[in-house]
Amino acid sequence: MKFGLLINEGPFTHQASDTAYRFAKAAIEKGHEVPRVFFYHDGVNNANLLSEPQSDDRNLVKLWSELAKENDIDLVVCIAAALRRGIKDDILADGYRISGLGQLIESGIDNDRLMVFGD
Amino acid sequence: MYEEDMDGPEVVKRFCYINRKAPYGTVYAHEMLETVLIAAAFEQDVSVVFADDGVFQLKKNQDTKDIGMKNFSPTFRALEGYDVEKIYVEKESMNERGLTEDDLVIDVEVLDSTQLADLIDAQDVVISA
Repeated sequence: MKFGLLINEGPFTHQASDTAYRFAKAAIEKGHEVPRVFFYHDGVNNANLLSEPQSDDRNLVKLWSELAKENDIDLVVCIAAALRRGIKDDILADGYRISGLGQLIESGIDNDRLMVFGD
Repeated sequence: MYEEDMDGPEVVKRFCYINRKAPYGTVYAHEMLETVLIAAAFEQDVSVVFADDGVFQLKKNQDTKDIGMKNFSPTFRALEGYDVEKIYVEKESMNERGLTEDDLVIDVEVLDSTQLADLIDAQDVVISA
C-alpha cells in the first residue's frame, strides 16, 4: 500500500512527528511505500537545519532526512506555512524541499491512504 | 485519453476537510482554509465540515480588532465561487454552543453526529485540524 503522510506539528512541542516517523519506518519495513511526507502548520519546523537538540535527545530533523534518503521519500514543506515561520531554502535540512499545498492534495489523490499526524 | 483530459481529472476522490478548532487562539483554522482554497483547484469532490469549536469559525459579526488578528471569516463566502458547495456543520456542536444556522456567515447543511459519521465514512481522504 502507498501512504501519504501529513505532519501538522513541530518536532518538539508535540509527539505527532515522532509518531509519523515511527509509522513511516514500520510501514516501509513491512513492504509498504511512503512516497511523500507533507509538512504543514508548525510541522514545517521539522525541516529546520538550524535545529540543535541536546545530544541525549532524538533529532527528528536528521532522522527524517536519513529515512528520506534511504527510501526515496519526498519531504515537502508548505511554502506559505514555511515563510511565515522563517523556514527558507537556505536553512532546509537534506531531503526537504519547499513547495505548495497542491503537493498535499496530489498526495491524497495518488496514494492509497493519507495519514494525518497532528494535535 | 484526450477525452479524459478534456472532461476533467482522471481520478476524482472524495476529500473531506474537518475544522474542529476555534478561529483564533491557534492558527489551524486559518491555515486549513488556505488548504481548502487550493484543494478546490484540483477538481476533486470536496466537503468541508465544521464541528466542535470549529463551528465558531462561521459565526457572523466577528470583531478581531482587539486581538490584532485578521478576521478571515468573510473568506468563507468565497468558497461558493470556488465550487466548494458541500459545507456541513455538526448539529450537536452548534447546539452546545448556543448557535443556530442564522448565526452563520454562509448557508450550510446541518448534520447530526450519526449523519456526520456516515459522511466521513464515505470519504477517501479526511484532513482534520
